[in-house]
Amino acid sequence: MRHVALTVNGTRHELDLEPRELLVYVLRDRLRLTGTSVGCDTSSCGACTILLDGESVKSCTLLGVQADGAEITTIEGLATDGELHPVQQAFHENHALQCGFCTPGMVMAAVSLIDHGEATDEAAIRLGLEGNLCRCTGYHNIVLAVQQAAGVMEKAS
Amino acid sequence: MSATEEKTAYVGSPVKRREDRTLLTGRGTYVDNMAPVGTLSMFVVRSPYAHARVKAISLDAARGAEGVVAAFSAADLQGDWKAAMPCAWPVTEDMKNPPHYPLTDVARYQGDGVAVVLADTRAHAKDAAELVEVDWEPLDAVVDVATALEDGAPLAHPDLGTNECYVWRLDTDATGQAIDDAEVVVTRRYYQPRLIPNAMEPRAALAVPDPAGDVTLYSATQIPHILRLLVAATLGMSETKLRVVAPDVGGGFGSKLDVYAEELLAVALARRLDRPVKWTEERSENYVATIHGRDFVTEYTLAATKDGTITHCRAKVTAAMGAYLQLVTPGIPLLGAWIYAGPYAIPNYSVEFTGVFTNTTPTDAYRGAGRPEATYVIERTMDALAEELGIDRVELRRKNFIKEFPATMASGLTIDSGDYVASLDKLLEHLDLDALRAEQAKRRENGSERQLGIGFSTYNEMCGLAPSRILGAIRYAAGGWEQATIRYLPTGSVQVITGTSPHGQGHETSWAQIVADQLGCDIDAVEVLHGDTSVSHAGLDSYGSRSLAVGGVALCHAADKVIDKARQIVAHQLEVSADDLDYANGTFTVKGSPDKETTVAAAAWAAFAAHDLPDGMEPGLEATATYDPPNFSWPGGAHAAVVEVDTETGDARLVRYVAIDDVGTVVNPLIVDGQVHGGITQGISTALYEEGTYDETGSLVTANLVTYLVPSAAELPSFELDRTESRSPTNPLGVKGVGETGTIAAAPAVINAVLDAVSHLGVKDIQMPATPERVWRAIQEAKA
Repeated sequence: MRHVALTVNGTRHELDLEPRELLVYVLRDRLRLTGTSVGCDTSSCGACTILLDGESVKSCTLLGVQADGAEITTIEGLATDGELHPVQQAFHENHALQCGFCTPGMVMAAVSLIDHGEATDEAAIRLGLEGNLCRCTGYHNIVLAVQQAAGVMEKAS
Repeated sequence: MSATEEKTAYVGSPVKRREDRTLLTGRGTYVDNMAPVGTLSMFVVRSPYAHARVKAISLDAARGAEGVVAAFSAADLQGDWKAAMPCAWPVTEDMKNPPHYPLTDVARYQGDGVAVVLADTRAHAKDAAELVEVDWEPLDAVVDVATALEDGAPLAHPDLGTNECYVWRLDTDATGQAIDDAEVVVTRRYYQPRLIPNAMEPRAALAVPDPAGDVTLYSATQIPHILRLLVAATLGMSETKLRVVAPDVGGGFGSKLDVYAEELLAVALARRLDRPVKWTEERSENYVATIHGRDFVTEYTLAATKDGTITHCRAKVTAAMGAYLQLVTPGIPLLGAWIYAGPYAIPNYSVEFTGVFTNTTPTDAYRGAGRPEATYVIERTMDALAEELGIDRVELRRKNFIKEFPATMASGLTIDSGDYVASLDKLLEHLDLDALRAEQAKRRENGSERQLGIGFSTYNEMCGLAPSRILGAIRYAAGGWEQATIRYLPTGSVQVITGTSPHGQGHETSWAQIVADQLGCDIDAVEVLHGDTSVSHAGLDSYGSRSLAVGGVALCHAADKVIDKARQIVAHQLEVSADDLDYANGTFTVKGSPDKETTVAAAAWAAFAAHDLPDGMEPGLEATATYDPPNFSWPGGAHAAVVEVDTETGDARLVRYVAIDDVGTVVNPLIVDGQVHGGITQGISTALYEEGTYDETGSLVTANLVTYLVPSAAELPSFELDRTESRSPTNPLGVKGVGETGTIAAAPAVINAVLDAVSHLGVKDIQMPATPERVWRAIQEAKA
């Protein structure tokens, strides 16, 4: 067992982890933050996407012990004081989710894309979301939502 | 608000979904998110072989592993099953249905379960599963649907003596003229590959026992009601002791429309061990353990006169069942049986389906279930016929469209309404075909590396499953009705209980729209409940684009009954006759006395207090309606794909996709568009990206998301959607259903476009998916 400290959504957690535990399972099983999901076992689908030290990462492809000392934001940490993040709000307004399973990962990836100034046009958004699979929406409305959110966030900054 | 004030109807409005907030904030209740105290993790040991006998199995090492509570083999659990796993559709009297149990000692497909381990954590269960020792005797496997009926092919089930499961025919011969005597006859053979549904949420089941011996099964299912009935029957339990809950479910597309081994195992083991038992699929496990779609070989013939009037259509389908018949497996081809003429008026009609066993994962419903398979061969062959006749592809379609409705097709069913000409005209308005053709011609003349192709798909489909009498006639075991309860709570809030079971389709929002309009109340006063058999007592769940066309209409009828009872109460209280009351938007007014009015909500309170109700009337204001549709519903439309093919690499990219769909009345345009986007994407993906393949030993080669290509946003364009609307006269809402239309139409539009891009190079056919390698090879072979 290894002793690690993670800050997740602003709260510090000290945990004893087996080295083989994937970060996504640490979040889901140990911290009971089940908003981040496991959709595959080949790092393909992106349902597990979170923000770690400001970067979007697939939490299924990181060991929990690798996140020692990290600042993590999961989907549960995105809305502030009950108010939806502009990306969440844009997804809602544009019907960019149906079953919702891919949504937390998609939202986190979109937040990161916009924060890094990479949501510049449709082609860039589509390429930027390449690592997040959705089987319900066909991505059409997701692209619209990201465009809208990028506009809102740019104005706000 | 008085009845005369204008109120914007909810139906037809792009109401944003109430489901969203929970899902957007990561509060979804997917089954794997639940973990009651004491839950055991279940892991299934599966056959790596397509066909093999378990000569010996030892669980000793597994049982002794860390955290393991129990482990069972097939023999250990055989007494737990009262019946084999159910198939609800014996399509013919002599259909072969070899029994399939949740665990077996003769594996008939890679993924068939042979043992199960239960431990305190998922990791411990999986570790222990690796310690299960199986002495396998591999057997010969049959894998390819196209050769499974040939002499000498290995038998998937040797004791059946054959791989043939059934033969089903529908033949009408209106004109007496033999198909081969027609002036022009075009026959083509198509293979539609096996598809792996890949709903983003892997399947999961959690069975929670209570001290009284009752069990609650939480399952990532599309069919909680059907599951309750069939799990109880298979385990020999009373239905009253089993509650099934479908919480938030992450997509289904038909792959969660089944009674699965793991659900049965979870319930049986929860009862045995008196502890909650949870099973969650890994994605690569999903690839072998969850049903597949398609895998059809079809020979399709169109015959016509020289001037392009189609006289005959004939389909001969060999459909892979996989190793076993799951819930609807043998019926999938039949779901398309009546629409192999598509939207065309073809007087002679013949279809023949042969179901074939192979040692592969069982097939079953996957978005469109039998109808994409039909539309693909029709629309591909229409292009081939057009070329043979020297007639424009678009004009050939237009010429042969059914033009008057209702229309009784040669296949025997009646389409209630439609307007295929209007859809096609609207498509052409959007497309600007002349400009595309000019661009195509320019590139051909220049010998450009990137060639342009335009492909069409005009379709109809039959959904809204289904009139129960017809289901009975075709030997389906259940009916096709749907139930809705509308209940006023004392202070005017409304509870809607539906038998549908959404898994992304937004029923909570749409049903609230329908009911709020009928009852004239605020949409936020309407609560919609579903998916829990303790709350929704009866229903036939969600699949086959039935929820709105059947479930939504049941809501209307229940609302009518509520309004009717309220009318009686109001008439009594205002001392007028019921006929003297007008009703609009939740308010009753006395004819001729517009100041005398009261609301349905007020009647609800009166019904609760029961101080002054008409003689003999029961208190309370609620009603249940069970609606059995008199007909299927018949969406249709016209799609076009514009594809760019890189002739050097074979890479085909979608440049534009235009879809005109007629789904009757649109309740929520946001949701309808979303369904079309998603459906089209799966059809495009069928055409360009997806293909489930086995090697000759029956080992799944495309075994995970790395080797099986589910497209990302980067592989797709944005879509251009529009609609025509021919209301269905069959139901008061005028709705038709939309969930599967995109998938039904899209694949042939894309393949037709790819072929159109390279037809000038001599390419005449291409196998789906049109991978770069296939396109490149087709170009090379045409050159030679």
